[in-house]
This record gives sequence, structure tokens and C-alpha cells, in this order.
Amino acid sequence: MVQEASRPASRVDLVRALREAAITALIAFGMFLPLIGFNTVQNIHNELVLETRWPLLAALVGIIAVGRFLYALLMAPWLARRAMRPRKQHGEGAVWRARLGRWLIPFTLGFAVVYPPLALSVVGFQGAVKWIDNFGVQILIYVMLGWGLNIVVGLAGLLDLGYVAFYAVGAYSYALLAKTFGLSFWLLLPLAGCLAAFWGILLGFPVLRLRGDYLAIVTLAFGEIIRLVLINWVPVTNGYAGISSIPRPTFFGIPFNASDEGFAARLGLEFSPIYRTIFLYYLILALALVTAAVTLRLRRLPIGRAWEALREDEIACRSLGINTTNTKLTAFAMGAMFAGFAGSFFAARQGFISPESFTFMESAVIVAIVVLGGMGSLLGVAIAAVIMIGGTEIMRELDFLKVVFGNEFDPTQYRMLLFGFAMVLIMVWKPRGLIATREPSALLSDYPVAATAPLGPRSDVAEPPLVRGHGP
Amino acid sequence: MEVFTQQLINGITLGSIYGLIAIGYTMVFGIIGMVNFAHGDVFMVSAFIALVTLLVLTTWFGMGSVVLALLIVLIVAMLLTSLVNWTIERVAYRPLRGSFRLAPLISAIGMSIFLSNFVQVAQGPRVKSIPPLFNDVIVLMSSSDGYDVSVSYKQLMVWAVTAALLVAFWFVVTKTALGRAQRACEQDQKMAALLGIDVDRTVSITFVIAAALAAVAGTMYLVYYGVISFADGFVPGVKAFTAAVLGGIGSLPGAVLGGLLIGLIETMWSAYFSTDYKDVAAFSILAITMIFLPQGILGRPDVEKV
Amino acid sequence: MSAPSSSAAPVAGAPHPAALSPSQIPILRVEHLTMRFGGLVAINDFSFTAGHGDITALIGPNGAGKTTVFNCITGFYKPTEGRIALQFGDPVVWDELEALTERGTRSVARANGMLFLLERMPDYLVTQKARVARTFQNIRLFQGMTVLENLLVAQHNPLMWASGFTALGALGLRSYARAERAAIDKARYWLDKINLAKRADDPAGELPYGGQRRLEIARAMCTDPVLLCLDEPAAGLNPNESAELGRYLHAIRDEHATSILLIEHDMTVVMEISDHVVVLDHGQKIADGTPEEIRNDPKVIAAYLGVEEDEVADGGIETRS
Repeated sequence: MVQEASRPASRVDLVRALREAAITALIAFGMFLPLIGFNTVQNIHNELVLETRWPLLAALVGIIAVGRFLYALLMAPWLARRAMRPRKQHGEGAVWRARLGRWLIPFTLGFAVVYPPLALSVVGFQGAVKWIDNFGVQILIYVMLGWGLNIVVGLAGLLDLGYVAFYAVGAYSYALLAKTFGLSFWLLLPLAGCLAAFWGILLGFPVLRLRGDYLAIVTLAFGEIIRLVLINWVPVTNGYAGISSIPRPTFFGIPFNASDEGFAARLGLEFSPIYRTIFLYYLILALALVTAAVTLRLRRLPIGRAWEALREDEIACRSLGINTTNTKLTAFAMGAMFAGFAGSFFAARQGFISPESFTFMESAVIVAIVVLGGMGSLLGVAIAAVIMIGGTEIMRELDFLKVVFGNEFDPTQYRMLLFGFAMVLIMVWKPRGLIATREPSALLSDYPVAATAPLGPRSDVAEPPLVRGHGP
Repeated sequence: MEVFTQQLINGITLGSIYGLIAIGYTMVFGIIGMVNFAHGDVFMVSAFIALVTLLVLTTWFGMGSVVLALLIVLIVAMLLTSLVNWTIERVAYRPLRGSFRLAPLISAIGMSIFLSNFVQVAQGPRVKSIPPLFNDVIVLMSSSDGYDVSVSYKQLMVWAVTAALLVAFWFVVTKTALGRAQRACEQDQKMAALLGIDVDRTVSITFVIAAALAAVAGTMYLVYYGVISFADGFVPGVKAFTAAVLGGIGSLPGAVLGGLLIGLIETMWSAYFSTDYKDVAAFSILAITMIFLPQGILGRPDVEKV
Repeated sequence: MSAPSSSAAPVAGAPHPAALSPSQIPILRVEHLTMRFGGLVAINDFSFTAGHGDITALIGPNGAGKTTVFNCITGFYKPTEGRIALQFGDPVVWDELEALTERGTRSVARANGMLFLLERMPDYLVTQKARVARTFQNIRLFQGMTVLENLLVAQHNPLMWASGFTALGALGLRSYARAERAAIDKARYWLDKINLAKRADDPAGELPYGGQRRLEIARAMCTDPVLLCLDEPAAGLNPNESAELGRYLHAIRDEHATSILLIEHDMTVVMEISDHVVVLDHGQKIADGTPEEIRNDPKVIAAYLGVEEDEVADGGIETRS
């Protein structure tokens, strides 16, 4: 064990840190000068002129320089010392993480179930609509989409950048079929799922033999093509204007309106829009939980194991007689189906849909949630969804920051900026995502020992592991 | 016939711009096997840098000579964009080089989102336009119904600059030691490292060259169209990537060829069919090429080693 | 081109396969295999036969094309030319070979036997239907999955069938639970055999190198193959482990009636366990016979030592002084 005597920051370290900070400052200055230092605005003659923002540029460069200085002086040597210490044994971290997981999951579920009454009691009827709808329902939609895409990206390892296309198929099929044929939500929900699954197979079939990044780009192309078709095929989809007056879901036939047949009247309560909101909340919660349950079940079946094996090594799968094309198609179709369910829910909840809700950015957000959460981990994906969607929704509430940055400061503008930054940051820091450990789908210790006599010579091998693999 | 010739001229101009961006995609893919999703946004950033530089020169320094101004704009844009791309590679892609296959791609997606929103926040969401710098045209031929086939000075400039840079670039890649190092890294990174080639530095320089060419494309785009907005990274980026795939990913002449083809297809489609679906045409070509001709026109089929 | 071999496989005009002793019935007949990659000829007119219950070794210097041969046999590459026929069950089905070739289909069944033309089949079907399993030069285990899960994935097809393609399994029907139980028992049998039962729930990537090699072979065996193709199974093993591997392979051959085809560089292992050796150099067969014959074949020695062909005198090598 190397004894690294901790020495005080010597002059040499200081000089080196200063030099690194200076170089970083210079680079930052060069990079940010055109776009931060200057601002292009239109004057009254509608010409483009320049404004300068030297204080802002100076502040930015300054922060970066100071940060780099501190990093070089304090962090880098600390990291180097840490790398020299013997690595912790594998089991330690996993034990308390497992304990945390066992406690966390029921707690989260319980919280999700009592959330609406909790919100009602804390903020009252008026305020609760926002909290249950914009936060609760919105987050749960993305949790469900994340869990759906998790089957494709997390389990099977197929990077699908066009997932939003299936979401759109679900939404538009519900909207159009409900308005044209007046079918009920409960009938159209599974139908939308089946249509989306059908499209999943159709789109998946030609592309699933492509490898990793090519598959990603082609799915992106498909997603965009579908969005552009939605925009331009005006006779059917109404183009940019979208489809409005979509029938809202009913409480198993009882509408949520102010009439005498309405939900409120029937229960002898005063009418309030909160009832439909709460119903929608529990509906999406149920749908999401179904997605999770199906995923957990399938993981223990041969198809789920084949998905995960596919993610690990496709060639090895084929060498074991597995038809990987069918395996991929099944993953694709299942993921698409859940997106379809979520889409029809979305259309019913909004009452109005337009192509603007189905951009590539949505696909990117969902992919980010799955990857950042930890491929294949349901809990991780849920946490990532809460952080990302909840975080961006919270930004709308940060009015107090206007006091600091001035009245023109609009936190929502920074939403996507932070999002992109977070994506890069997490990939560099924790490429495997928040929850990178994997629960095996079957444990030998779960099955009592059979009376099989071991054959062959007994050699108790006690070699240290030569390969430390965590899978790709 | 006149319409066709005019569209041909327009298409080649657009195609040159796409070709310059496509080379960036193909070079990076060739050397580290990664689709640099953020490259289109780097192109957009370079156009903004060119815009600011141009404004500084014309409004602050009151430069009269358009040619001199453009030259300075070009050089500054190339320098600063290279700096940006170099930093991006160091920060977002290099740490992921040993990680699983899709990690750099996801990081690139995040970087793409970051770049476009950064520009949106820093410069505002409005489309920026500049007055046309020179409007003269050379009329090539006139038809009886008054339709002139002309090539504008702007178009000639695009062609000249693109050709000049491609020649310089071809020289660097084929004749210099750097180019050889690059080609070695493309073929076998480990072996190149064992032979003493600094792989990190070669990769950095690849990103720098890719950015420089994108900056040329950005400057040309700004001068030619006169408008730029923060959202102009995504669609031209995808089209340029389509061009790279169509021409054969990893092949430099393929990128140029692909660029010209895409530019021509887009221009012809808009002229003869409709402008609405022209982006659909690009995406469809991308999908069709990747499914049926993944190695592109000039590429070699990839036999997977088992 | 190829040296005449003494233990030649049955050819046209030879005694009927049913009349011969077991190891003379071919399980695999590779005829005039040629593989071209663009302008490069990797394998040129290569023919050999592997007998039922034999351990056949394919050896040759690096770059000779051995793994390419494997890839052709196991369906990962489509051969440019040639015929690869595999048979199991009643050997009388060998009579159907020419008719099958004419017909253009992939397989034929007669009595209790099945005959396959592997060059017409994709990789996964070669394993699924023709029951040919393989391992890889660079171990291809599912590193992030546990040892047990690796063995369960190998039994994917019977389990899928038993689960009614997931539908019945999802409903929790008893028949699937029974099939799963049987799969676990089979996995346990192999785990005991390769001494990894204690590590069944560890990620496969954490096993020591020798353990990973044994596991990959066990995983291949879980697909119930009639022909097991091993690509350099002894690579990186010390002499003790190599000896153990030899015993392991013999046990597989004897207890499971699986024929083995192996690529190997470790001559000790090859000489110890093989019944039949085929030598490949620059894509062409240069020798074919028993281990004894190959050991003394001057052409083989020359190929490995890189001596010029015309310097090889009969029975020995002229040394240059």
C-alpha cells in the first residue's frame, strides 16, 4: 500500500494550477466571445446590430477559470490519490444499495397512490389541479413512456430514436376514431395499442438488422417522416392545426361534467374539474404499473432473457439458435404498444393534439430518461423521469429567481439547455446510468439442490478473477 | 430546359454546402466509428460566429471591401469553430471512448440539444437576417418567355471557395503525415498507437478539420441565404448526414458526391413537385439508403468479423 | 493439391455407410468449399469429412482460414462455392444427398435420419435445426448475465416452445413451470460438471479465464448439439487446464454422443485427443489423416516452420547451414 503523505499545496502546484486556469480561460474566452460577448438584435430600422455584454462574458470566463483553478489544485490530486488506493470489494456498496432498493420501491409506490389526496389536503381544491395534472399526470406519462422504451432500449439494447412516432399513432388513432365513430375510450385504448404495435412491426422489419448507430438514425428518420406526414396530410390530420374537441374519458360511462348525469352530481358533490384530473391521475398510474408488471414478468420468461442476451452479444445469441430478428421485432412491437396506450391516454387527457407534441425532442427526452436511469432498471427509469420532468416543471415555479436576474428572466428557456447539459454530464460521469446494477432473472439458489453427483475431477479453483466485466 | 439548368446550378450550390458538412460526418465516423450527432449544430454555431464577425467588421470597423471582410470572416469562423469542436471532443466524447458503443452517440445528442438551446438563449429565438452583400448575376442564357438562366456571384463564390478548400483538404489527407496518421487510425487504432502515432492528437485534429469545413459551409450558407436561426442545425445536419451515408460513410469523395446528389435532389424536388414534402424526401432517402445500400455508393460492404 | 489421406471418408463407390463401423459414418462432409471476399480467396477448394463420434481437429498456421471454415459451417458466412452436408440419426439418409442438392431445399428426412445442407441455412437455423453448436475464438459469453442465465439462454428454443411463445408462460401455467424446472436441472448438471455450481449466480464476466472457457463449452452443449465446433478452446490455458479440457471433451464425446470439430494450436491437446486431423494452409488442405501421420508429414512441418516447399525432402527437412 502506497503511503501518500499529504503535503500542503506547494508553489509548484499553485503555478501549475494557475497555468491550467489561464489556458482554460483563454479557450473559454475565444469560444464564448462571439455568442455571449456580442448580442445580435434588430434596431428600429429592422437592421441587425450588435450589442455587447462584456460583464456577462467576463463573469462566465471568470467562473470557468476559477473552477478550473480549484479543480487543478484540489480535485485532481485528490482523484489521483483515490485511484491509487485499493479498490473496494465488490459486495460492500451493493448490500446497502439493495436494502435501500427494498425500502424505496414500496415507499415510492405508496407515495404515488396517496399523492392526490395529499395534494388536495395541502393546497386545497384550486391549487391541487396544477399539482396533480402538471406534475403528477405529466410525470407519470413520461414514466410510462420510459418504461415502454425501456423494453426496446434498456432490455434489448436497440437504440430507438423515433419512439415518439408510436406515441403519435396512439394519440391520433384515438382522436380520429373517437371523433369519427364515437367509440368509447375503453375500447379504443387497447385498439390504439394494437395499431401502434402493428406499426412497430411494420417499421421494425426492414431496419432491425442494421447495427447500433445506423438503427438509431433510421428510427429517427422514420419518426421525422411520420411527423412531417402528420403536418402535411391536412385532409386527415388537419395539419398544424391539429385535432380538437377530442372526447374526454368517462368514469366507466359517467361523464365528468357539470350536468345532472355528471360524476359530481351522481355522488352528491359540488362540481369541480378536480374529479376528472384525479381520475386521469389514477388511470395513468394504473397504465404505468401495468407496463412495469408486464416488463417484470417478461424478464423472467425466455423472451425477456433473450432480449437481455441480445443486448449483451447478438452473435452469441445467433450461435445458440435464437432467431434474433424475431426477438428484436417482439421488443420493438411491445415497446410500440405501450407507447400507443400512452398516446391514446394523452389525447384523451388533452382534448387536443397537434404534430407539435410529437417532435424528435420528445423521443430524445424519453431516450435520455431510459439511458440516464440505467438500462433495464425500472426504478432507475422512474427516478430519472421524476428528476427530468419534475425538474423542468419546477422551473416554471421559480419566479423568485426573477428577483435575482431581472424581470426578463424566464427559467423555462433554460429548461432544454440544462437538459442537454445533463445528458452529456451523466454520460461522461456515469455512462451506465443512475442504477447500473442488474437483478438476475433467475437464481440457482432459489431452486433446491437436486441429487446430481458431480462428474469429473474435483479441482477447487481459487484464482482471482482475471476479467472484471460488467457487460457492455 | 431553362428551368432545369437553373435548378442544376442552384442544386450544385446547395450540394456544395451539404458536401462540406458531410465530410465532417464521414471523417469522424471513419476515425472513431461514431455518428457525431452534434455536427449539424456545430455548423449552425459557425454560421452565427460568421454573422457576428461580419457585423463587427461592417458596423464597428466600417469595412468597405466585401471580399476582404468575407475572407476575415471565413478565417475567424474557421478558427473559433475549430476551437469549439476541439473542446467538445475533449469534454464529451473522449472520456467515453472505452465505454459501450452507444455512449458517445447519446452524449452527442445531448451536446446537440445543448448547442442549439445555447444559441437560442444567447442570441434569441428570432431568425437573423443580413442585407445581401452582393446581388449581381451573370446571365447565361435567356429563353423566349423571359426566363433567365443565371449564375449569381454568390453562387460562384460558393463554388470557388468549396473547390479551393476541397483541394487543400485533399492535399492534407493524402500527402501529409497527418493525413497518413489519420488513415492509419481509421484502419486500426491499436496498431497505429503501437507504431507511435498519437491517436488522441490525431482524433483531435480530425475534429478540428471537420469543424473548419463546417465553418466554411456555415459562412457560405449565411452569405448565400442571408438568414440563420438557432434551429438551422438539425435539418441541414440530417441532410448532410444523409449525403455522407449515400456517398459511402468513411469515403471522402463519397461525402462530396453524396452532398451534390442530395443538393440536386432537394432542389429538383422543390422545383418540380412541392416544397412541403422536400424534407420528407431527404429523410426517406436516408432511410432507404441505410436499409438497402448501407455501404453507400462509393463505400465497401462491411463484413462483420465473427 | 491436397495430399491423399489414408483414413479417407466414404466416397462414391465405397461400401454403403450402414455397413461400416460407427466412426466411419460421416457426420459432416465438406466438399469443395471455397470462400472469396472480394478479390481475396480465403479458402480454396477445401474438402474433408468428419466421422460420427470422432474428435476431428482442424489445424494450420495463423491466417490459414480455419475460423473462416467454421463460419461457413455454422452459417455465419455464406460460402462462395461448395457443399456442406450434415447428418444425424439413421445414416441411410445419406443416400438422399444428391437428390437434396438438386432440389434446392435445405434438408431432408428419411426413416429416423435427417440430412442438412448447411451452406443454405442461416446461422441460427444451423444451431436450431441442424444441431451444430459452436464456441468462439474470443470468448463470447453474456458477460453481464449470471452463469446460470447463460445456460438458460442456450435453452431458449425449447423453453419458448413450452411457454407457448410466451403466452402460456405469462399466464403462469404449470406446463411452463415444469419446463423451466427441467432447464434449471440441465443447467445444474453442467454446472456440476464444470465445477461452477458455487458461482452460478455470479456474473459470467467475473469468472476466471479457464472457467469462462468451460462455461462457453457447457453453454453450447445446452443446445443439445450433435456436432460441437470449438474455436481454439485451449487458448490461454496452462498444461493442467489443457489436460482437464481434454478429459472434458472426451467425456462430452462419450456421454453425450456428440461429435467434436475443433480448431486448435496447442499440439499437445491435438495429438492427445483427436481421432482425425486435417491441416489447412493458405486456405487449402495440405494433409488429412491420423495424428501420427500428421505429426510426421513434411508438408505440415514445413507449413508451420515457414520453410520453402522445394526445400522439403522426403521424410525430413534440409537444414540450411
